[in-house]
Amino acid sequence: MLSADQRARLAGEAGSGVALCMRILTKLARLRGARRLIAVESAHLDGCLYHGQAGVDFVERLVGSGTTVAVPTTLNVGSLDLLHPGLVRTSAADTAAANRLMAGYRALGARPTWTCAPYQAGHRPGLGRQVAWAESNAIVFCNSVLGARTDRYGDFVDVSAAVTGLAPEAGLHLTANRRGTVIIDCSALSAELRSMDVLYPVLGYLAGELAGTGVPVFTGLAATSPGEDALKALGATAASAGGVALFHVVGVTPEAPTLEGALQGADVPTVVVDVDTVRAARDRLSTSSGERLDAVSLGTPHLSVTEFAALAALLGDGGSFHPDVDVWLSTSRAVLAEAQAAGYVDTVTAAGARIIVDTCTYVTPVLHPGTRVVMTNSGKWAHYAPGNLGVDVVFGSMGECVRSARQGKVVRDDGVWS
Amino acid sequence: MTASGPDLRARSLHPGVGAGRCLRSEPLSFWGGTDPSTGMLIDERHPRRGVAITGRVLVMRSGRGSSSSSSVLAEQLRRGVGPAAIVLAEPDAIVVTGAIVAAELYQRFLPIVLVDPEQLDLLPDDRMMTVTADQATAQIRGEDDT
Repeated sequence: MLSADQRARLAGEAGSGVALCMRILTKLARLRGARRLIAVESAHLDGCLYHGQAGVDFVERLVGSGTTVAVPTTLNVGSLDLLHPGLVRTSAADTAAANRLMAGYRALGARPTWTCAPYQAGHRPGLGRQVAWAESNAIVFCNSVLGARTDRYGDFVDVSAAVTGLAPEAGLHLTANRRGTVIIDCSALSAELRSMDVLYPVLGYLAGELAGTGVPVFTGLAATSPGEDALKALGATAASAGGVALFHVVGVTPEAPTLEGALQGADVPTVVVDVDTVRAARDRLSTSSGERLDAVSLGTPHLSVTEFAALAALLGDGGSFHPDVDVWLSTSRAVLAEAQAAGYVDTVTAAGARIIVDTCTYVTPVLHPGTRVVMTNSGKWAHYAPGNLGVDVVFGSMGECVRSARQGKVVRDDGVWS
Repeated sequence: MTASGPDLRARSLHPGVGAGRCLRSEPLSFWGGTDPSTGMLIDERHPRRGVAITGRVLVMRSGRGSSSSSSVLAEQLRRGVGPAAIVLAEPDAIVVTGAIVAAELYQRFLPIVLVDPEQLDLLPDDRMMTVTADQATAQIRGEDDT
């Protein structure tokens, strides 16, 4: 199964760190039924989020033996905002450990992008390229929107792929596993609803429920041609609610020029969604139905420059947020710099929003401890925050989030949902 | 099958030897579902919430959810609060990765074995079991329940 060069690296000829990573990859290749290891041309690593000493011990074992990444590699969020220390409410001990973990990944030679959206920081492998990415929203974006090929990688395996430049030939690296498994027909939805960003996390939530770990194929959206922000939100929610790592939108995403192409000739079931279906799915994303509102969280996955622009446009009239509502924006340092240059940061901070980078409000303590009800336009945040943070959540559009934050209570606009 | 309980052959997913009482579970995410430092089940929706997986033979169809579960399992094994063994009916790369890393870093060998889905029902909750796994084959033996 292994080439002569791979056997030599497994035997330690490229150092003990490479040998450790080769042992992990060969064991997983056997588990996954892969016939061989294939070359990957880039990696995105999620191991820099602190879960305990074992993660630190692992990266320090690699760094201590002089190991570095073999391919261009970006880094996912850590547990800290390194640019704005003090915003994250971790203990001194946890802060020190999280810092040590992040420093270890930098020492491997990975780019300190600290974002779950590396595709918004210049890491965009092309159609058909083999890569090894971690973080469920990054994986599904990479596969679906960029058309590059990654299986579902995560802690320890992602860095093993980056260090060796290899991955097991299994899962979504293989063409046959990229064919659609269920059709979600959206043609019955109104053109107005299809044109609204708030629809896409809801479609993702439905796709997660309907497809599980399969490959959903959307039809009826080509005329609207949803953009990258909408596809990002769809994928992130589908990955959280199910285990979707690849979706196709016929006429929009690169492996689905036609329905037949997306299905590779297979015969699969079709689910027709109408306005009642999507409204019910939207409602399942909320755990609170009252007016109470303590905070708003936007930017899961990290806000893009175009999302900053949309937010700045909503806030451009100079109104400010209610003093009892904290508004948090999560983004990357790369996007923050672009949004600053464009003037969007001045607009949103003047309205009272606070910006956090390098991490995210649902994976580390950022919200005020008294926060009970939070509004978000992120289906992923809505899915995870009640369990992670113990808060109730209200899902709505960016516009509803802004109006609610200004009035100090949840304000809904049901117009397009009927 | 013996009078003292099931005696099953299984496929080894990770080598090791462990004994403990069975803990039957729905597919569990170690990340978010269990405490990394205590091994306690903390998933709000889990019917056994508040029970520790520590020292138990954890029996479930598969793992679930986030790949951060590999880190949480490795951390539990480092602290000595992990399960004694895991019995699965689907090969789960995320769970096995946590065990591989704990073996590499700390020489703690958690046996993980694969059985047929219908064999899961031969492993009743709370029964004492010993799980022995080498590189390829594995055995689950029921112990006298005294």
